[in-house]
Amino acid sequence: MKKFTSTVMLTSALVLAAGQANAATLDDVKAKGFLQCGVSQGLPGFSNFDDKGNWSGVDVDVCRAVSSAIFGNANQVKYTPLSAKERFTALQSGEIDVLSRNTTWTATRDTALGLNFTGVNYYDGQGFMVRKDLGVKKASELSGAAVCTNSGTTTELNVSDYFRSNGMDYKLVAFEKADEVVAAYDAGRCDVYTTDQSGLYAQRIKLKDPSAHIVLPDVISKEPLGPVVRQGDDQWFNLVKWSLFCMVDAEEMGISSKNVASKMSSSNPGVKRLLGKEGNFGKNLGVSNSWCGDIVKNVGNYGESFARNLSVAPLNIKRGKNALWSEGGLQYAPPIR
Amino acid sequence: MNKDSHIAPPAARASFWNDPKIRAVFYQAILLIAVFYSGWYLFNNTTENLERQGIASGFGFLETTAGFGIITHLIPYSEESTYGRAFLVSLLNTLILSFMGIVAATILGVIIGIARLSKNWLVAKLASVYIEIFRNIPLLLQIFFWYFAVLRALPAPRGSVNLFDGMFLNNRGLYTPSPVFGEGFSLVTWAIILAFVAVYFLVKWAHKRQELTGQQFHTVYVSIGILIGLPLLALIITGFPISWDVPELKGFNFVGGMVIIPEFMALWFALSIYTASFIAEIVRAGIQSVSHGQTEAAYALGIKPSITMRLVILPQALRVIVPPLSSQYLNLTKNSSLAAAIAYPELVSVFAGTVLNQTGQAVEIILITMGVYLAISLLISMFMNWYNAKIAIVER
Repeated sequence: MKKFTSTVMLTSALVLAAGQANAATLDDVKAKGFLQCGVSQGLPGFSNFDDKGNWSGVDVDVCRAVSSAIFGNANQVKYTPLSAKERFTALQSGEIDVLSRNTTWTATRDTALGLNFTGVNYYDGQGFMVRKDLGVKKASELSGAAVCTNSGTTTELNVSDYFRSNGMDYKLVAFEKADEVVAAYDAGRCDVYTTDQSGLYAQRIKLKDPSAHIVLPDVISKEPLGPVVRQGDDQWFNLVKWSLFCMVDAEEMGISSKNVASKMSSSNPGVKRLLGKEGNFGKNLGVSNSWCGDIVKNVGNYGESFARNLSVAPLNIKRGKNALWSEGGLQYAPPIR
Repeated sequence: MNKDSHIAPPAARASFWNDPKIRAVFYQAILLIAVFYSGWYLFNNTTENLERQGIASGFGFLETTAGFGIITHLIPYSEESTYGRAFLVSLLNTLILSFMGIVAATILGVIIGIARLSKNWLVAKLASVYIEIFRNIPLLLQIFFWYFAVLRALPAPRGSVNLFDGMFLNNRGLYTPSPVFGEGFSLVTWAIILAFVAVYFLVKWAHKRQELTGQQFHTVYVSIGILIGLPLLALIITGFPISWDVPELKGFNFVGGMVIIPEFMALWFALSIYTASFIAEIVRAGIQSVSHGQTEAAYALGIKPSITMRLVILPQALRVIVPPLSSQYLNLTKNSSLAAAIAYPELVSVFAGTVLNQTGQAVEIILITMGVYLAISLLISMFMNWYNAKIAIVER
């Protein structure tokens, strides 16, 4: 009943919320002095907490970036861990200001839920993990398998599409929490664990014997993951969108948290605009002109965030599609000008 | 009210705003208006909020293709089915789990409740220990315990335990052969129905005869004979129109036959064992509420202890047992929503979970879900109230 109750409470917040949802979120956040950010219940590399309760990850860095842009300080964030099921209702009802929780951008979510995706901070694709001793080499050998996944996710639908379109039989076992999926897969309930590939690498760490499992090379879907805000508040939408763009642009211009102080005196007009020495980009967003400089100083650029959270052991995820466009990847941000 | 008007003499009648009758009507009208206004306000506010935030609303989504699989379904279901169908599938999964849980919890609870009053020290203590353990551990923990106990204890599909011919047990579930009905099976179905009708009338007749003449009839043996004999006769006449679809290991898992998934088994164990501990206490209290003089009187008349329990004590105890028992049935049904934690596809998991997330229509889906639980609970209450009235003391 507990899980059901939390859903009911969020829904009743949706029913009762009397016209506050459309108010300017930026003013609310400034007034209360912190950003309320919806994150996962623990996904290493994306949003995870240590034994002291400190959150870290690339999704958490988006929240920290927005906080830096508003307050000049990355730590004025409160985190709300959400299950896949609860996340959209929490955002719709105004419980959180921004959702940064490895969430796939899809047409339904963007158009029918009253939400807007502000960009893509990780290009992902759905994959499969199996036990090595099954001897499976590719996904097309999985006919008849029992598949464990999270309920209320795009992966649940993709896996149905994949098996159906290939005329393969499968048994879907869908759990609410990621930890429950991992535990059931580890206990032998399923042959296959499916979620986004980054998630598979991250969750594999939690298994009893991670080296006994392999992630199959097949990628069966596009999963662009990004931050989400409520529809109808364009100022807030712009701010979250450009906080992410700022990090990508900074990487492209070679500005990092280490050299940002020295870059302040740079004569390069692009760098000057990004750091707020020229133009009024911060004012236009409703924050101070040093917004992007503060983000780079406090959080780092996109590449630093990626390296700090994902490219380290035990995850060791390569940049791959998430490299900058100039290096053959997909990460491309419009210019600050 | 009559009394009031009686006290006040008609000549000195108070002005109408001091008339208690009019005041009562006035206050009730105010309350009614307040209730209606709040309802209207909530409805209006919600639709307005949803519209302004650009969130889809209405019940049209029930006709849309669901696109996800459900592991166990009592009615045909595939990914091409609609959300409405997924709702029905999950509702049936909730109902079958609650029904099976109520039956098992009642049987187990009655046995343990009686055992707790046993004169055998060991039996009585074991029953007490059972009750104290299971009633004091949170249900969610018990569900996880049974789930992982079931999963860890059972072998992988390739090392399945072969129970009987064609029956396999592994950590993917219990696989049994499923019957495939051939032509002419309808005759057998009719024979089964006929057998039940015959037994019903036989029991009625035997009771009447016993009341009139005092003679007993071997109802049990004759009933069993009819229940087995008639369908068997029909089977012989139609030439056994049943074949069996036997599960076999193909690739990763068994294919064919019927399967009871481990999630169902774990939930069934957890729900019935947990609720049985409460029912046992209710049964014990009910039995103890019957005066001991009744037992002594029955023994003095030379009635055997087993018959004393069945015909003298239990019928009187039932009057105390049934009302709190209804609450336990309601609890069990509502607790079945905890299934969402271990991937059993019931109403909360599938409908208020997956469907809600895919469509984003939280208000409609939560309303339907709450409505369904309310309806199930009211139906159980109605049935139990009817049963309670039936066994209540008939005052003459």
